[in-house]
Amino acid sequence: MSILHWVVLSPFLYTLLIPIAYKLMKRVHTGWFVLPLPILLFIYFCSNIGATSNLQAKTESISWIPSLGIDFSVKLDGLGMLFSLLISGIGALVMLYSIYYLDKNKEKINQFYVYLLLFMGAMLGVVLSDNLIVLYMFWEITSISSFLLIGFWNNRSNSRYGAIKSMVITVFGGLSLLAGIILLNIMTGSFNISEIITFVQQESIISHPLFLLGMICILLGAFTKSAQFPFHIWLPDAMEAPTPVSSYLHSATMVKAGIYLVARLSPVFAVSGYWLWIVSLVGIITLLYGSFFAVKQVDLKGLLAYSTISQLGMIMSLLGIGAAGVHYNNESVYYIATAAAVFHLVNHATFKGSLFMMVGIVDHETGTRDIRRLGGLMKIMPITFAIALIGSLSMAGIPPFNGFLSKEMFFASMLNIRDFNMFHLDSWGVLLPIIAWIGSIFTFVYSMILVFKTFTGKYQPEKLSTKPHEAPMGMLISPILLVSLVVIFGLFPGLLSNTILSPAISSIYGGGVYDLHIYHWHGFEPELFMTIGVIVVGTILYLTVRKWTGVYQAFPVIWNSIYNWLFGETENLFNKLTNRYMTGSLRTYLLYIFSFFVLILSYTLFAKDAFTINTARLAPIGGYEVVLSLVLVISTISILFSKSRLTSIILLGAVGYTVSLFYVVFRAPDLALTQLVIETVSVALFLLCFYHLPRNARKKESIPFKLSNAVISVLVGLVVMLIAIASYSTKLFESISQYYVDNTYVKAAGENMVNVILVDFRGFDTLFEIAVLSIAAIGIYSMITLRMGGKKNENK
Amino acid sequence: MKINNLVLQTITKVIVFLILLYAVDLFFAGHYTPGGGFIGGLMASGAIVLLLIVYDIKLVKKIFPVNFIYVTAIGLLISTLTGMIAVLSNKPFLTHFFNKHVHLPILGETSLHTAALFDLGVFLVVVGVTMTIIQTIGEDD
Repeated sequence: MSILHWVVLSPFLYTLLIPIAYKLMKRVHTGWFVLPLPILLFIYFCSNIGATSNLQAKTESISWIPSLGIDFSVKLDGLGMLFSLLISGIGALVMLYSIYYLDKNKEKINQFYVYLLLFMGAMLGVVLSDNLIVLYMFWEITSISSFLLIGFWNNRSNSRYGAIKSMVITVFGGLSLLAGIILLNIMTGSFNISEIITFVQQESIISHPLFLLGMICILLGAFTKSAQFPFHIWLPDAMEAPTPVSSYLHSATMVKAGIYLVARLSPVFAVSGYWLWIVSLVGIITLLYGSFFAVKQVDLKGLLAYSTISQLGMIMSLLGIGAAGVHYNNESVYYIATAAAVFHLVNHATFKGSLFMMVGIVDHETGTRDIRRLGGLMKIMPITFAIALIGSLSMAGIPPFNGFLSKEMFFASMLNIRDFNMFHLDSWGVLLPIIAWIGSIFTFVYSMILVFKTFTGKYQPEKLSTKPHEAPMGMLISPILLVSLVVIFGLFPGLLSNTILSPAISSIYGGGVYDLHIYHWHGFEPELFMTIGVIVVGTILYLTVRKWTGVYQAFPVIWNSIYNWLFGETENLFNKLTNRYMTGSLRTYLLYIFSFFVLILSYTLFAKDAFTINTARLAPIGGYEVVLSLVLVISTISILFSKSRLTSIILLGAVGYTVSLFYVVFRAPDLALTQLVIETVSVALFLLCFYHLPRNARKKESIPFKLSNAVISVLVGLVVMLIAIASYSTKLFESISQYYVDNTYVKAAGENMVNVILVDFRGFDTLFEIAVLSIAAIGIYSMITLRMGGKKNENK
Repeated sequence: MKINNLVLQTITKVIVFLILLYAVDLFFAGHYTPGGGFIGGLMASGAIVLLLIVYDIKLVKKIFPVNFIYVTAIGLLISTLTGMIAVLSNKPFLTHFFNKHVHLPILGETSLHTAALFDLGVFLVVVGVTMTIIQTIGEDD
């Protein structure tokens, strides 16, 4: 275990302390207890920037399931560093913000921070693990923790709906990702990302029949996670989560996991033309769709959600175009696209994070996020207004903020696409920059709506549920820090370019350090005119927004209804199906189990011609055995005819004790002891339950019912007997017992073989057995106590 | 349903201690002779069950004022943590360590195993689980 492993696992370990801290220190907000962790992690990552900017990737590995090629290997390179800084840095700010956002007396903050830390650890795992299976594991933990966080206010039906929706869609993508990973493993023979990339560079897998399928499966995973069209529908509903969560998961980190994956696997798939087309087209459609529908939103968070969708689409399309650099071996032209993608990733995290926090403040202080009820808050909340203004201008791509720089780079790369000579791109390719430009106009419009509809115009105190005032300082610190980054990165992009961005790019495509220069002024290039066009057209559209919103009626929003229909229908179908066979009668279930048992086993027995009798190794039958068997048979049969329940229980006990006597005869003291005690305890248990059983006498069952029972039981007995004889008669391998005889004392220093096997050689079995036992106990406990609780309520 | 059985009650008072002692003995004997955490745990719960049957649930609660769900949890935790000891020293999970010849005060020469710790977890889980099940069913009136 290296430091890097501990870094990934630290949030998970930290969660164990939260309940303790919460219980012991009721008076301190638990958030203060959590806050140091992301700060420490951030400092740790910062201390490694020097190494990654020199392209020294830090790789550590410990073997986990070596036989399957699954190792817990972590790798900190430029790309991982970029994401880790975002996760820990924004994580720290969000934790700070949440301390003021969530009331420690009203909310279940202990659960909140556990979920948030789970998420943080999972996200670090995704971006740092070098093994695809490990990555997948963390990937799904992000889905689960996101589910828990979206449903944090689980007494609201909208929260539950949003949580389930995000879970269904992202887990669907996750499973598809798993399939893609397995296909990739079949093609390349490894789960290790670095090894896969090396393999791909040496041997082409593009002609492999599974290539396209694997690629699509992986892309599905990435697209669902990053809310790309048409899987974007979960993101607006995810806004039911508390605002710190929205700003952390649903804008700065988790939704970027898909982008991370696409970037990470670009070297594997970018040789294929399909990859760059699918990625860039899906991205650009998402950009247009998201920005267009963002304008329509009246909920501030809804607006930001659509805006996030569109920005993620933009980064995705940039990655697609960047992949063209590999495809055409023309690095210099398309390198700018990847640089833009990486740069915008950072910028988006800063301005969108601060905007979400700003919306959270507005929501917190006014009690609403509805644009129609807000307005004129500028004078009341000047600092919040400043945050909103800077963030929105950056989002709209106005100089001198960082959003402007990455947007210019975005336009530049979109213009480059005309150089492609695929699919008649010299003519059709013109469409891409045009779509990008239109998308940016709408981005400008909604950015303006976000800031001006909220903070200027008429102040309508009668529509607000609380009297608004400026937020407390603690709540403002995080967004202020983020918008200062917006300004700093805007004025001094050189701070990032060769320390963080270039290493990230070179860890995607390899190669040496790219010398990245980001300028505000490129001269009178086409992209500058595009920006001017965006501002001019955008301003006109914003001013006339009331007149053209009727356009939206021409676009029915069908994706949500498709999801609802699909979800509802599937649920109905499976409800019906389940109701068919889950009758609630224990007898029916036993019937399923036993008939399946008989059918499968007897079929195998005969199909494999496995039944043999070999009497050579049989031991002689002594007097004890005969007597015991007789007792066993007689007591078993008498259970069938006993009229009272008490007699049945005692007879059943007799069967058990006889079996344990058998163990004594066969010299297995451990088993005999266990069986004896188990029998005693279970008879006692039966007797305890006895009191609760209904008093009515045994029902008179019909003959066919009895007959079917008899047939099944006889068949089960027969099959078990045949298998027992057959398995005793065939000996395929040497018995393992000699191994234990030889090693019990040598390797485990014990003389009781059974016990040594239980605790040492097969300790894992025992561990899981006791885990299962505990789960059973909790199950029984909760079932019975819950029912008792229900009864009490009825009595009231 | 209250039956006053004086003979049974008097015998139980003595016998419960014997059974409990035997359970502890079984637990410690486990590594060399028949016994171990599983049987020891069952035996201990057998003793408590006897008390339950002869007296009633209130008395048992008075004698053992613990929540058996916690006992289960603690047992599971002990077993898992024992496994983690090996991980911390870069060995596969659940590798045990032992020292065959240790001189302890009073006990003289004996051997120490982490396996015994693991077994202690098993013991606690078994006691916890059996008692949780029996108590919840018994309390459900």
